[in-house]
Amino acid sequence: MSRLMILLAVTVAVLFAASLAIGPAAAPVGRSLSALFVDDNGPLSMVMREIRLPRALLGLMIGISLGMAGAGMQGYLRNPLADPGLIGVSGSAALGAVIAIHTGLSAAFVLGLPLMALAGALGGVFLVMLLAGPQGGSQTLILAGIAISSLSAALSSLVLNLSPNPFAANEIVFWMMGSLADRSMTHVWLALPLMAAGWALLASLPRGLDALTLGEDAAEALGINLTRLRLKLVIGTAACVGAATAVAGAIGFVGLVVPHILRPYVASRPGPLIWASALGGAAMVLAADIVVRLILPTQDLKLGVLTAIVGAPLFLHLIYKTRRAGV
Amino acid sequence: MSLLSLHDMAVSLRGRPVFSGVSLTVGAGEVVGLIGPNGAGKTTLMRAALGLVPASGRSSLADLPARDRARRAAWMPQSHEIAWPVDVETLVTLGRIPHLGAGQSVRPEDRAAVDRALSQMGLQDLRHRTATRLSGGEQTRALVARTLAQDTPLVLADEPIAGLDPAHQISTMQCFQDIAAQGKSVVVSIHDLGLAVRHCTRLILLAGGRLVADGAPVDVLTPDNLRAEFGISAHFVDTPQGPVFQPLEVLR
Repeated sequence: MSRLMILLAVTVAVLFAASLAIGPAAAPVGRSLSALFVDDNGPLSMVMREIRLPRALLGLMIGISLGMAGAGMQGYLRNPLADPGLIGVSGSAALGAVIAIHTGLSAAFVLGLPLMALAGALGGVFLVMLLAGPQGGSQTLILAGIAISSLSAALSSLVLNLSPNPFAANEIVFWMMGSLADRSMTHVWLALPLMAAGWALLASLPRGLDALTLGEDAAEALGINLTRLRLKLVIGTAACVGAATAVAGAIGFVGLVVPHILRPYVASRPGPLIWASALGGAAMVLAADIVVRLILPTQDLKLGVLTAIVGAPLFLHLIYKTRRAGV
Repeated sequence: MSLLSLHDMAVSLRGRPVFSGVSLTVGAGEVVGLIGPNGAGKTTLMRAALGLVPASGRSSLADLPARDRARRAAWMPQSHEIAWPVDVETLVTLGRIPHLGAGQSVRPEDRAAVDRALSQMGLQDLRHRTATRLSGGEQTRALVARTLAQDTPLVLADEPIAGLDPAHQISTMQCFQDIAAQGKSVVVSIHDLGLAVRHCTRLILLAGGRLVADGAPVDVLTPDNLRAEFGISAHFVDTPQGPVFQPLEVLR
């Protein structure tokens, strides 16, 4: 168990360093890493500090967010096919971003888009909580999430449909694919406080999720407050996945696939899986972001496209395994 | 010392009254069989006693903060849910959750309680097996062990022996008697009246939305009560091997 965490942490550290070392400004690894810490008053330090560092940091932070939220959602719903997007966060964040692009707000100032996306995410989750009610079981939460997701998708299509200029439509489509390219430290500072709050909330869930293995009734009798657990899960997910979508667009399959792959290595316990998935998610997003830069360096392959291309077959494999196990 | 006291409990679900005016006390060293026809509200009564369902009246357990309650009473629901393919030992260890502080890992005394529970239910050989791949009866025993591992003065179990083979039905009931001998108490809802009269020190008959009878098995399973509440007749005798109860035929 702890050996798994060490292995994952080392993997994340190596991938983080690799992410810092890769880019079009071809410089030796040692020199570029030292330029990060010691200002050389030249272009390399600027590239490292202004371009590569925020990109690597965002990859790390978004990976942690998606992994933790995915493991939390699967643990709460006791369903290995649940995904953090299930409660409508990603969809409503995308709607906010689409509106920002359409209205020209994103062009007017740098944080216009991420702020609108955040507003969308928070609004969406507020509606989901309103629909699902303060108590209620997991079913109502799923239904409310699906309702809000579909509504945001419909409204996003409407905005696209009515988009007067083809460039805006183009920009919207590319934004929705998800990417870490051309992000700055401003994006990091915007996302970090929200994500940290989300991580703190999700980090308080493990024991309750373990207890939920026995069902809602037994968990409550074990002293777990399910209403509070659900509130922490939903707000935590909204904060960190909302922030992730706001700064990077929709990056799918990470929250779904990572917990599923790591589950056997934590003896299927949903609590420890949250920690493992945090690191696993970071590793997956950092690795995917390295791959998009390596295989098509000139074409700006979108990160979300790659995670979907890798994630979908893995997902099929999981379905096959689930079917064979007869669950 | 009273481990549970209910005073004038009443529950309505969706506007329909389930039961009302239920008052009872469970002392130390009792095995209480909660009996009654289907739909009489046995499950609801136990859940209300634990504060898991809104009820009027007073319950000494429901009044407690959730964590304290979880150290006083363990609950084994009727639905035998095991959501993830964890091994039996991990499953049973979940019973230790109320005893652990935030972020605290399993201590030696927790392991001891888990070992004790596993051996009480005869699960030592299955401890490393995946719980979801066990047979239904084995899963039930694992969940009883989980409840025992919680190590509470009171255990409430909803039909814990349904689906077990005869040997394990008897040994599970005997295990409850052993617990009672240590000064703890067990409340079980049970449909097998034959096992109930042999292993319970006391029966509570819940029927028609009220507590019909509460006392020793002979005083509760009278021919009148059996006819009026269960609609059956029965052969009930004391033998050198203990009381024997056999339902005979349906009367209505």
